[in-house]
Parts: sequence; structure tokens; C-alpha cells
Amino acid sequence: MTSPVVTVGSVSKRYGSTVALDGVSLTIHSGQTHALIGRNGAGKSTLVAILTGLQSPESGTVAFGGRPAPPLGDRDAWRREVACVYQKSTIIPTLTVAENLFLNRQDRGAGGVIRWRSVRRAARELLSTWSVNVDAERPAGDLGVEQRQLVEIARALSFGARFIVLDEPTAQLDANAIARLFERIRGLQRQGVTFLFISHHLQEVYEICDAVTVLRDARHVLTAPVAEVSKDRLVAAMTGDAVSLATDRARPPDRSGEVVLAVRELTGATFADATFEVRAGEVVGLAGGGASGKTELAECVSGLRAARSGTIEVAGTRPRPGSVPAAMRAGVGLVPQDRHHEGFVPLLSIAENATMTIPDRIERYGLIDGRAQAAVARRLIDELSIKTPGPDLPVAGLSGGNQQKVVLARALAAEPRLLVLITPTAGVDVRSKEALLDVFDRVSRTGTAVLLASDELDDLRLCDRVLVLFNGRIVREYGAGWRDGDLVSAMEGVDLDRV
Amino acid sequence: MSDTTTTAASAPVAPGAETAATRRRVAIARMRDLVLIPPIIAIAVIGQLVNPVFLTSDNIINVLQTMSEIGMIVLAETIVLVAGKMDLSLESTFGLAPGLAAWLTVEPGLAHGLGLLPGSLSVPIALLAGVVIGLVNGLLIVRFRLNGFIVTLGMLIVLRGLLTGISGGQTFFNLPQSMIWIGTTSWLGVPVSIWICLASFAAAGVVFGYTRGGRALYAVGGNIDAARAAGIRTDRVLWTGLVVASLLAALGGLMLSGRLASVAAAQGNGAIFTVFAAAVIGGVSLNGGRGTVFGAFTGILLLYMIQNVLTLAGVPAQWIGALNGGIILVALMISRITSGRAQD
Repeated sequence: MTSPVVTVGSVSKRYGSTVALDGVSLTIHSGQTHALIGRNGAGKSTLVAILTGLQSPESGTVAFGGRPAPPLGDRDAWRREVACVYQKSTIIPTLTVAENLFLNRQDRGAGGVIRWRSVRRAARELLSTWSVNVDAERPAGDLGVEQRQLVEIARALSFGARFIVLDEPTAQLDANAIARLFERIRGLQRQGVTFLFISHHLQEVYEICDAVTVLRDARHVLTAPVAEVSKDRLVAAMTGDAVSLATDRARPPDRSGEVVLAVRELTGATFADATFEVRAGEVVGLAGGGASGKTELAECVSGLRAARSGTIEVAGTRPRPGSVPAAMRAGVGLVPQDRHHEGFVPLLSIAENATMTIPDRIERYGLIDGRAQAAVARRLIDELSIKTPGPDLPVAGLSGGNQQKVVLARALAAEPRLLVLITPTAGVDVRSKEALLDVFDRVSRTGTAVLLASDELDDLRLCDRVLVLFNGRIVREYGAGWRDGDLVSAMEGVDLDRV
Repeated sequence: MSDTTTTAASAPVAPGAETAATRRRVAIARMRDLVLIPPIIAIAVIGQLVNPVFLTSDNIINVLQTMSEIGMIVLAETIVLVAGKMDLSLESTFGLAPGLAAWLTVEPGLAHGLGLLPGSLSVPIALLAGVVIGLVNGLLIVRFRLNGFIVTLGMLIVLRGLLTGISGGQTFFNLPQSMIWIGTTSWLGVPVSIWICLASFAAAGVVFGYTRGGRALYAVGGNIDAARAAGIRTDRVLWTGLVVASLLAALGGLMLSGRLASVAAAQGNGAIFTVFAAAVIGGVSLNGGRGTVFGAFTGILLLYMIQNVLTLAGVPAQWIGALNGGIILVALMISRITSGRAQD
């Protein structure tokens, strides 16, 4: 065993009456990639806050390389030990990459005047040292999530830190980008960088991490080398009881329902010539990576975008292209890609969010009938088992999984004939994911057609058929019972012999 | 990016190609600073066609001088906007600071001052008033975390009311010599107020572009959490920005009082709308973190040139108000078209 980079010794922390961490210990060895997993509220964020010096523990110790952690106020000392790449960007979008890298420590000449040439050169050197292929003079706002993360990692390394916390780095990345990120992590690991990797995806833990620590209800449950724990044991450790992830849908494909969605020769900016049908009661998957065009195709069906050519027929009518109200009238319900952006209004209540699609049903004499609204909301809360004290709670106060259920409730409130789901389980924990998949299944059994765009195998397992998109074209179709490897290679465009 | 796992669909662009593309983008980004130059030239040409007086040095100096005073508030507002806040009270500071100086220094009687202090202190008093107002704004906005828009709206009304109160709604005359000097002296045939305005903009351009403090303004306005994480003392940046802004507004007020040799109770009343319009036309974002001093300068210059052309064209004074509003809207559209960027 190499020397420990970080040692956390029985750390406890409470916020008011809530215990956030209860005697948690953790040792991370140099050059390791250590996974930290646990359901929402397990204490991961608090542990990260303590590890990065944003919070002080009530009791217990934190040490870096054997030396006790610097005092809380000494940000520079902390920055030399540890850095965290958060899900939320810590980049200033209006400034260039170079300036972001050297913010507040720009090289200065006489009279305190910044020497831009030298700042840019230092930025280029830094980026090339860690082989980050990003132009230093670009505005940082132009960067994608992937590049932004790499820039933040490079910035952290430039302070001297060789221990980096990655907070759900894959949550907003597609499969290709995740593969590239992992390759990068392995490369940095060889250069002596140690990572603490926080993730909701157990698969990723097995792929990239050497050791894993599980937290549950503010307590440390398990630390073990990844090779020695099974997936079932990890899930059990996270949830407190043994569960297995959803398996294939145990039902024969039903091809007898009427055609609810008929897409013909649809061509848009990022996809071409898509032709397919979805029948009532059927779940059809659109699989593909980030640049495959699956999201745009699904957005065209739901009216968020207009296609360039081709037709979309929903239950016998052709809604006006690019019009969400028209698509809704035709019977389309949508769970959009980014719930924070398009899914809900955080400060409005669950009831208001859930009934946003059906203003006409909760109105009396042109005024909103609060009782009718609450009744609709309560029915949806029951149906989707949203965990909340009542329909009046603002959605901002819910966990990620329950927020997504509210988005789903909004789509289901109008009793759609076709439900369009775009990456519907992104960024929710294992349990919530299972609950969501279960709801999708139940919805389809009532005769609703479901179109599910995703690159998550767990989501796609629900489908009766999976259409694989690559470079904007539907390249494969699988019935239920496909093998993981086949589907993944089709999405990655590895095996294109049938194109 | 590693090449081992990428596919044709998402292979990274070759480094050379990316760099060339970005260079062009950077070049365009710099060009955005200059988007108002073509319209300014066009207005100059039109002005000359409308009335040959337009391009005479007297007229140009006249435009620059009337612009220089309000230009100081535009510069002040640019500081506050780039840092991601708003300051509506600047127009009242513009009136109250010289008003207070006049009230304390001019003799009682006809000029209804108090005459408590010697006239030589009038300029320091006005500048000090600016600093104090900035500190009050900072206290309420930065220290107590009140909403900046509403705080400065309240301050706008309070300060305007104070000026009306001390002046009895009348105009201060017989200003001390040091106040008159700033508006009447010329160097090399160009009035001092124009020099002050140009020097302030030039100095601000250097501070904004080439000092850590200036870049901190952009960082705070662009993403305050990221700025804090980078070790920037965000509260101090905001305090400084608000105080300097009020100070510049007070200086602008002194320049106008000096030129008119009086302080009216309504000095600066309504100016804030023109100020915001000039800043936005000049490419300063109301959401913070974006905009340059040079852009703001071209914004106010364009507005004043159009007004001057209208006056020279003989448009009756009663119509100037409606036209001013129209000009602001047209100028917004022009800058939207020439910059090709949504205004926010």
C-alpha cells in the first residue's frame, strides 16, 4: 500500500438537529481513484465540504499526507492540498479560459498592470502540460461540460493540489464523453493524481475506481477494493436492504395496439430520414450518444423543435411542427431533457407545476380553482408516490428523483396518448430510478405509447423495441432481450456492417 | 482528448483547426467593441449633410461638453453593471452632491445658502457627498444584502427629496469660484470637463482591462461564487465599485453645475434612463460580467450625436423628448443588428 493522501478520522457534523455525518472515517491512498457513493442525503456533500475546507467538522480529524489540515480561513493552503470539480460550474462564462485559470493571480508588470501575453502563455503551458486540448483565448462560456471539467481540473492542478474530488462528473456527459473522461482520469492517475469520485452509477465505479466507500444515513457503511464487492452488495449497502436492479420487462411484445405515433422521413439539423411507428402500449427506445440526434428527434416529436422535412402524425392528426401546444393537443406529454431548465419552476408548488399543462381543467369562471388543482395534484402524488408532506411544497425543496416525478406528473396530468421521455433518469439515485422506470412501465400498460430517448442501458431495458441512432441515422433496431455489448457498440458506431 | 476511445462522430477537431476558428471568434469578439463606430460615422455624415455646422470644431466641442457630464454617470453605471448590480441613485447623486456643496458655501439671502463654509471647500464637499452616498448604498446592498435595484430606487427618491428640501425647490446661484472653474476653464481650446471625461474613460479602460481589480469586477458580475472561490474578496469589490460610481456621479454633477454656474433642484432628474440606454447600446450587459468602457463611451456618444443632428435639423424643442425615446429604441435596434447578439 502506498501512503495515504487523505485521512479522515471519525468526523461528525450536524446542522441544527440533523446529523449530516456521524463518526465517518476514510483513508485514500496516493494514486488511487476512490469512489464515494450513497443515496441522496447520505452525507456525501457534507463530507466533500469538510474535505475541501468549506466546513469544519464538529469532531474528528482531517489530515493530508500525514499533516493536519490547514485552518479553515487559509484558502490558499487548502487549494494546495485539494480541489473539487463541482457539478455546478465554477467558471466565469464571460471571461476567457486563460483568465479563468489565473483569475486573481494574473501575472503583473510595472504599476500592477496585467501582462496579458504572459497570462496567455502560462495558460497555454498549463493546458498542454495536462494535455487539455482547449484554446486558452476562447470565452469559457463556449466550453462544453466536458471541456469545462478538464479546465477546472487543470486549474486545480496548477495550485499544486494532487488530490481532486469529482462531484458526479458524468451526470451531464454522454457515453463517448464519459469514456474520454475516464481515459483522462487514468492518465492523470499515472501522473500521480489521486481522485475521489462521486457517482450515482455503479457501473462507473467498477469501470474507473480502485476502492469504494459507501455512506448511508450519515454513517460509513463499507470501504473495500472494488474488485472484491459485487454490485448487489453495493446496492444493498446503499439502500440498507437487498434489491436487484430492474430486469427486462416480463411480457411479450404487444403489436396489436393502434399506431399512436407515425414518424416518416423526418429530417432535422442533427438527424435525417427517421421513419418509425410507436403503437399504443408499446415502449420504444431511441438509443444513441450525445451527438447521435436522439434528443433532437424526440424534441421534434414533442414540438420543442421543428424538423426540416418529413411528417409526424400523432393519433391520426398532424400537429403544427415546432409548436408545443399543438403537440399537446394531439396528445403528446413530454419529460424534457434537462429538468432544471425546462422541467419545472422551482419556487412554485408541486400542485402548480403538475397542473401547468392543464389550466383549462382546474379553472372555474376563468379563475384557478385551488381545490380542483390540489385534488389533481394529490392524485398524481399518490400515483407516482412523490415523497412530500403535501401538494403545496415548492418543487425546489424536493430531492432530484422526486423533482423528476413532478416533471412526469406534469406530462401525465393531461393524460397523454404518447409520452415522450428524454434521458428521464439522469442524475437521480438508484432507488428513484427504479421507481421512475416502474412508473413508465405502468403508464405503458394503460395503453399509452411511450417514446424513450436515452443512452442508459437501465432505461432502455424497459423498451419493447430499441432504435439505435448513430450520426443522426437509425442504424439498428433491437427487440427486447438484446445484449448490453451489442447495444453499446451500436451506439458507439463500432459495428456498422448493416448500414 | 484521447484518441483511443473516440469515434468518427465525436473525434476532436484537429488542434490547428480549432485554434484558427477560435482566433476568428476572438477577433470578432474584439470587433464587438467597435460595432458602434460605423453608425457613429454614418450619423456624422448625415449631420454634415443636414447642416454644415455639424463638423465644425465649435459644434463638436459643444456635443462633447454636454455629453461629458452625463458621460461620467454612464462610466459610473458601467462599473456597477459589470459587477452585476444596478445603481439608479446615480442621477440624484449627480444633483445632490453639487447642491449640498452650494448650500453649505453660498451666502444666505438671495442665493438662499447657509454660507457656513468657505467656497474653497465646495469641490471637496461635493466629492465627499458622493463617497458617503456610495458607502450608504454599499452598506445596504453589500452588508445587509438588500436588493440593489430597490435600494438604489429608494436612494434615488430620498436624495432627490433632500436636494429639493435644502434648496426649497429653487436654484442655487452665485456659486464659489472653484465650482465655476471646472465648467468654464479651457485647456488647449478644449473645456476642462471634456478632458476630465476623456481621462476618466481612458483610466477606467486601463483599470478594467489590465488590473486585477478591474478583472475582479468582471469575475464578480459573471459568476460571484466562482469569483469567491478564486480568492477574490467579492464584497470589497462591490463596495469599491459602488463608492467609485457615486464619486464619479458627484464629479459629473460638479462639471454640469460649473458650466451652468448654478445648481437646479432638478439637476440630473430622469438622466438615469439615458444612462442605462447608453450602457446597453454600448454592449454592457444588465446581467453583469459583460461590457467594456469603450463600448459604453461609444453608446453615449452615439446618443448625443443623434440629438445634436436633430437640433441642427431644426426639430422643435417640444418634440425632442419623444424623439429621444425613439432614438434610444432605434439605437438599441442598430446595436442589436450590428452586434448580432441578443441583449440581456
